[in-house]
Amino acid sequence: MLPTRSTPSSSNAKLPEARSASLGKPSARRRRDVLYAYLFLAPGFALFALTILYPIVRAFQISLFHWAIVPGAASAFVGLKNYAHALHDPVFWRAVANTAFYMLITVPSQIVLGLLAAVLLDARMPARALFRTLYYLPVVTSWVVVALVFRYLFITEGGLVNWILHDNLHLIPHNINWLGARWTAMTALGILGVWKGVGWSMVIFLAALQGVPRVLHEAAAVDGARAWDRFRAVSLPAIRPVVAFVTVLLVIGGFNVFISVYLMTNGGPVDQTQVLLTYMYRQAFSFLDFGYGTAISFLLTLIVFAISLVQLRLFRRPAGER
Amino acid sequence: MVVGSHGRRRAAMALRLALLTAGLVVMLLPFIYMLATSFKPNAVVLEIPLKFFPQHPTPANYVSAWTSNRFAQYFVNSVFVAIVTTAAALLLSSMMAYSFARFRFPGRSFFFGLILIALMVPTMMMLIPQFLLARDLHLLDSLWGLVVFYTGGNMGLNTFLLHSFFQDIPVELEEAMIVDGANPWTRYWRLILPLSRPALATAAIFTFLASWDEFTWALTIINDPSRYTLPIAIALFQGQHSTSWGLVFAASAIAIAPVLIIFAIFQRQFIAGIASGAVKA
Repeated sequence: MLPTRSTPSSSNAKLPEARSASLGKPSARRRRDVLYAYLFLAPGFALFALTILYPIVRAFQISLFHWAIVPGAASAFVGLKNYAHALHDPVFWRAVANTAFYMLITVPSQIVLGLLAAVLLDARMPARALFRTLYYLPVVTSWVVVALVFRYLFITEGGLVNWILHDNLHLIPHNINWLGARWTAMTALGILGVWKGVGWSMVIFLAALQGVPRVLHEAAAVDGARAWDRFRAVSLPAIRPVVAFVTVLLVIGGFNVFISVYLMTNGGPVDQTQVLLTYMYRQAFSFLDFGYGTAISFLLTLIVFAISLVQLRLFRRPAGER
Repeated sequence: MVVGSHGRRRAAMALRLALLTAGLVVMLLPFIYMLATSFKPNAVVLEIPLKFFPQHPTPANYVSAWTSNRFAQYFVNSVFVAIVTTAAALLLSSMMAYSFARFRFPGRSFFFGLILIALMVPTMMMLIPQFLLARDLHLLDSLWGLVVFYTGGNMGLNTFLLHSFFQDIPVELEEAMIVDGANPWTRYWRLILPLSRPALATAAIFTFLASWDEFTWALTIINDPSRYTLPIAIALFQGQHSTSWGLVFAASAIAIAPVLIIFAIFQRQFIAGIASGAVKA
């Protein structure tokens, strides 16, 4: 999401109480309106502060402690020790590498395939809406369901993937134990990520492509440019900001991968496929090391935040808003 | 010359359709295989050699999931949580959005800024402190624990979306009501909300689906099987009966059916919401 549209301060001119001051007793009216404003704000913001803002602040606090899980027991303040622990923890670094590998598979593929599908659909053609809807189906399907389906597809003996690759296409000499080893499992997770997400990038690219003025294409066609040249010279430059926007969101999404890994490998075998968030979850809810778990998630947040800020700075205008 | 370009265009269209159809097969194959498996008797689910479609399709898995494996109960739990969350989140965030869109008051930019910043924080970072908070509030193992935190979690984005929409409603309409002596609540309830039906519908759909599909928070705070929602029920069921794939997929089909129905009906809102770049599904 890109919260860059109208911020409240930009819209003061439109406020009714400013314009309707001539209706009389401006200061009394204004006081009453301020009261109303707070009354409208209070219930929602109280809940928001309790369930979101307070936990955000608390997360940093917890990460500085060796947190005692028992209520009332004293937790030991350890400063940045949880963070130092992370930097010296080989499994943490493996989780970083796995997360990076996951992004290496999912981000470029979703961009290229999403763009390809969008370009193919950006034409007058039969069943266009149907294609778009069906490509989008995995996006609206729950992560839990698709993770279990893919776990089933990648089963070694009797799984559909091995059946296609080995029994039908004879591309592999023997059935692969996909989820039993680090890189094949990460590949399977990446394939799931691409399959689940490509419809999303396609829809955004398609909206962007449809915003490219037709006259530009027609002018290029008159000049004799072929389809590929028109794409490179006209479409691609026009949608470059959208491509950048999608890239950033895909990178953030890659850092946040959790449910699919949790349900397909649960970080196993022996921590080989941990990503940052499954490792955080294990530290917190299997080993009850809340301090360390929070430190890991705080590090992840810092990275994501840095990316978001760079993105906000680089693209003031959100994608698709024309 | 004319015939040649016409032929080339037809060839291009054929290639286009061929590529898209190939992609479609990949996109749909997992769904079709999931459905096919859900109609297989459990004994042949991991049969070797594999048969894609069931030889003798049977609805037994659906019957068993719905009756003996309590998925009817989990379905009801999910419906309850998703509906209460959607209603609460829409009411509270539309009130906040109205406040931000139509009033000037001390702290306004500050409050709004906090909401925008919180939108950038990954939800997983809050998981551990939220768990401790839920424990202190005695909300562990309770559907209300899901409702309260889902509502809070959906508030930021909804407020942001509705705020932009409310701002685009002409102020003159409200001024006419002010002249008639209508107070802000009347204006919000009788004017702003009815005019905002499209935005409210979009917000409602995304909130409903987000709470319907939510997994991690439910997994973290719910232990009592009578309080399971569908996502954790399906995942935990698979964990306990690792070979009952037919049953797992029957339950999965039950869980995604409402989503697909909503998607089919409200497609336009979905695509518009996504394409506006406002929502990352």
